[in-house]
Amino acid sequence: MKPRNQRMLAVGIILVGVSLAVALATQAFQENLLYFYSPSEVLAGEPPADRRFRVGGLVEADSVQRQDGVLEVEFRVTDMEQSLKVYYDGVLPDLFREGQGVIAHGNLQADGSFRADQVLAKHDENYMPPEVAETLAKHGHPVDTAGQPN
Amino acid sequence: MKLPAWLHKFASPPHVYGFAGALYPWLLGLSLVLMAVGFYGGLVLAPADYQQGDGFRIIYVHVPSAYLSTAVYALMATASAIGLIWRMKVAHAVAAAAAPIGAWFTLLALMTGAIWGKPMWGTYWQWDPRLTSELILLFIYLGYISLRGAFDELGKADRASAWLAVVGVVNLPIIHYSVIWWSSIHQGPTIKKLGSPSITMEMVWPLLLLIFAYSLFFAAILLQRLRAEILDRERYSRWVGGVVQATASPT
Amino acid sequence: MTEFLQMGGYAQYVWPCFGLTFAVLIVNIVTARRRLTAQLDALRLQQARQAQRSAQA
Repeated sequence: MKPRNQRMLAVGIILVGVSLAVALATQAFQENLLYFYSPSEVLAGEPPADRRFRVGGLVEADSVQRQDGVLEVEFRVTDMEQSLKVYYDGVLPDLFREGQGVIAHGNLQADGSFRADQVLAKHDENYMPPEVAETLAKHGHPVDTAGQPN
Repeated sequence: MKLPAWLHKFASPPHVYGFAGALYPWLLGLSLVLMAVGFYGGLVLAPADYQQGDGFRIIYVHVPSAYLSTAVYALMATASAIGLIWRMKVAHAVAAAAAPIGAWFTLLALMTGAIWGKPMWGTYWQWDPRLTSELILLFIYLGYISLRGAFDELGKADRASAWLAVVGVVNLPIIHYSVIWWSSIHQGPTIKKLGSPSITMEMVWPLLLLIFAYSLFFAAILLQRLRAEILDRERYSRWVGGVVQATASPT
Repeated sequence: MTEFLQMGGYAQYVWPCFGLTFAVLIVNIVTARRRLTAQLDALRLQQARQAQRSAQA
């Protein structure tokens, strides 16, 4: 074999080897790479009970309740199958609204509700002017604010 | 596999040095003009987004730099592999010239993303798969640059850093697919290779123009840096002596 | 004009992003040019030394 072909083989073997190692490692750590749990997974008892974790889903329509004078807000996060009640005491991001994706970080409480100390909004990849969004909604194609299925 | 003879001739250091110098001002000028048009289109002509309002305009600086951060790495890794396999000096020079530019645009993508994330997501930073893999990309660039700096001999620096660049390429698909493989706070791609972009025409044209303009800008800076890298590698050859004499000392 | 500068209330996020971008563009142009001139200067010095040495010999 020519030295050039040997070097080509070496580059190929190292690349395949490293890819394989990384693929195996990410497979093994898949659990830890899970960034958030869905409400169904939470209700099935998947997240560890004694640790903080994240819940992701959509803010259920007509579920947001605020009391006058206090920052605390209460809403339900849904994955279209199950939903989880979330309490949060803090400033909400600009994209927080009903039907929008959110990720809440906090603990499960004894009564089965979720106490969040951080609420993040998840955005989708659609961009359009307001008029276009209105037209779409009028014609029965509401913008999919759920974003990508995860 | 042998490289064609014309490529060897084309990639000869004096030839590359010459046309890089001739091309540089044109590429830089064109890229800056197109950028001005693209920024005007993005900041003034494009309408506000139905959800993010005018805050969405950050897309016009975030996406092109994020695009460059990975595209430059792909080029750097390819050049490194060619340099390793065919022992081509100019290929190593291209990789060495690309690294600092890639690092700058990776940093820019991370910073504009953080600033954009604060009002929209509610956080500057999350240890999220997309954000973390992009940060790792920055570390690979910095590791590449400092590894090069650790060698006195240029040939050794070229080969050692080229191996790092080739191995680091596994991070590219991880960055790209992170938003699909794992649950992530980052949205999916707006402009897909196949299929229509999830963005209206009046918003997307400045973005596409800016991606093109950034690529030209990168090409211009790459050529300028490549000239310095070639001079470094060819310091004892006769043609460099001629070049040095031809450029009168500016000081 | 003020309306444009206010960016619908997102001025404090939009303008820093564009500012950082311009800064990175300028830094790239300047450092690339500086590196080339530094390289040429170093080679000129090397050539001058060589010429001196051969004149002495």
